[in-house]
Amino acid sequence: MAILVDKNTKVLVQGITGSAGSFHAKQCIAYGTQVVAGVTPNRGGEKFEAEGPDGKKVIVPVFDTVAEAVKQTGADTSCIFVPPLGAADSILEAFDAELALVVCITEGIPVMDMVRVRRTIEGRKGRLIGPNCPGIITPGACKIGIMPGHIHRVGKYGVVSKSGTLTYEAVGQLTALGMGQSTCVGIGGDPVAGLDFVDVLKLFNEDPNTEGVIMIGEIGGNAEERGAEYIGKYMKKPVAGFIAGTTAPPGKRMGHAGAIISGGKGAAKDKIAALEAAGVRVAPTPSDMGTTLKSLLK
Amino acid sequence: MKIHEYQGKQIFQRYGIATPKGYPVFTPAEAEEAAKKLIDETKIPVVVVKAQIHAGGRGKGGGVKVVKGGPSEVKSVSEKLLGMQLITHQTGPEGQKVQRLYVEQGLDIARELYLGLVVDREARRIAVMASTEGGVEIETVAEQTPEKILIEHVDPVTGFSAFQARKLAYALDIGKNTPSPKDTIADFVKLVTKLSTLFEKEDCSLCEINPLIVTKDGKVVALDAKITFDDNASGRHKDWSELMDKAEEDPVELEAKDSGLSYVSLDGDIGCLVNGAGLAMSTMDIIKHEGGNPANFLDVGGGATKDQVKKAFSMILSSSKVKGIFVNIFGGIMKCDVIAEGVVAATKELGLKVPLVVRLEGTNVELGKQILKDSGLAIQPADTMSDGAKKIVAAVRAA
Repeated sequence: MAILVDKNTKVLVQGITGSAGSFHAKQCIAYGTQVVAGVTPNRGGEKFEAEGPDGKKVIVPVFDTVAEAVKQTGADTSCIFVPPLGAADSILEAFDAELALVVCITEGIPVMDMVRVRRTIEGRKGRLIGPNCPGIITPGACKIGIMPGHIHRVGKYGVVSKSGTLTYEAVGQLTALGMGQSTCVGIGGDPVAGLDFVDVLKLFNEDPNTEGVIMIGEIGGNAEERGAEYIGKYMKKPVAGFIAGTTAPPGKRMGHAGAIISGGKGAAKDKIAALEAAGVRVAPTPSDMGTTLKSLLK
Repeated sequence: MKIHEYQGKQIFQRYGIATPKGYPVFTPAEAEEAAKKLIDETKIPVVVVKAQIHAGGRGKGGGVKVVKGGPSEVKSVSEKLLGMQLITHQTGPEGQKVQRLYVEQGLDIARELYLGLVVDREARRIAVMASTEGGVEIETVAEQTPEKILIEHVDPVTGFSAFQARKLAYALDIGKNTPSPKDTIADFVKLVTKLSTLFEKEDCSLCEINPLIVTKDGKVVALDAKITFDDNASGRHKDWSELMDKAEEDPVELEAKDSGLSYVSLDGDIGCLVNGAGLAMSTMDIIKHEGGNPANFLDVGGGATKDQVKKAFSMILSSSKVKGIFVNIFGGIMKCDVIAEGVVAATKELGLKVPLVVRLEGTNVELGKQILKDSGLAIQPADTMSDGAKKIVAAVRAA
């Protein structure tokens, strides 16, 4: 058991013929993910070739539209590698085809596009992860995104994070401590995105196979504070936290579009205080995320 | 990306938002000429000379002068303003050099209000904020008297509705003491609606009018214009490159941006090269935790090439304030051997005069370590982030 994706998840890749899309589709297939279709307008009918984990050839049909790909292959999840100015359209196309999960990897989507996307998918069936995120992985079963698969181990600990490489850092630490992962979700660092901390924490809370969670936030916005509120009220499992950007100067965007302290809001110290008040043990440095979670376990 | 007030007002005018009449100028002679023209056109003898820098708080910092003595006084005021280092609460202690002025007609102000639009991350919509507390720092109002800030959200499907604008107008009592309250309210409703359209169409991330004024004859006018664009949308706004004032940007950060790198200068002496924004931020944090001071935030990104890494490392090597370098990589898409090759190539060109600590992890880590070893460079390897941070802080102290 895990959350959101498992070995039965059938994935289609939007933008599979592009350089990022084809490279990572191959990596996902090599990990064992069921990639059943690719979508690139005007490339329908082509075949995408890759190798499965056993070294056997895998042939993925390419379609012009998501709707057609779903109809022909039964795909239920999409992974998007479309360039930033076209990505919002791709998300809407995936939702229109009523996919259960849409994972958007693309970095640099204009925020107004995401405002419109969020409004349009309100109340719709389906969930959005990202954009500007590494994706989601249930170790040993399904990898959707750009994370290095080999650092993960099958296990019982969940990871939810705004930052890609910090997720790898946390996973690397857990694996080194012999603590495998149930599912790791990168929710991305954009100001307007899909699932937030609360959504993913809820899923981990309800998942019988997740026994503890690492939550990694960063400066900007107040998604961490809302996550802390949920944890304080409802979380039945131990949570270790980390917030990046304690030393970031106000008014400067730190890489991610959302990682900025503005108008006195979004500072790391406020987020750390909120998490601690909710019973989260916050790692003093990013090197201690794994050991901090371990220290919470009985 | 930020633009100047006068550029913001030119965009306002395109959308039919009322602003005072004015001209941007670069020299005192141009300022004198502009004042002559303005007084001639508007028949108003009062002219305002405003320093054009991107930071806010210009009035308090002495960058805005009301001139009643005509064109010759405008000229002498401009001589003082041009070239001065203007210090405001947003510039930092070194201030920002004034190189452009905006010469504008003076207006009879009855009331000063605040109007600002931002993307509200929690509501996932544009928030329209208005307040009776205009002309002062809105951050202070938000902190001390948050109830004085009125907020309405823009539904992306319908746009900003007239009823929402009316709600704000009545709450602000915009028609108070005006010759025709009804007309002033209508004026305000039109202005807010247009500003909301502008925000969406022009891909802004911030659009602020502080102060928005009501004139003694009841007109609603944008006395200021502060626009920040969403950098992610630059691909569909070709005109932005003309609006950019490179003198206002940190030259090192600009250079990095041109090479597809994300770089922020900081005050410390330990240079950092990291992949990923979160890891780069927390690398700064851990250096500080160990008692050191980072010189920069530098994210080479996920898909950097050897040349980009070389460029990034060269920028750190050539900074005079850097007394030690920490390379911290967790390779995912980014391969460790690419990082190693870039670091070696930059060092071969520029030499390595300061301690260098490298922590490599993830994809192709063995290959990366081998390349660094074969290079013969004096590199201290580190096993973890914490180990690396300790080593570089110790090395910089010892030097």
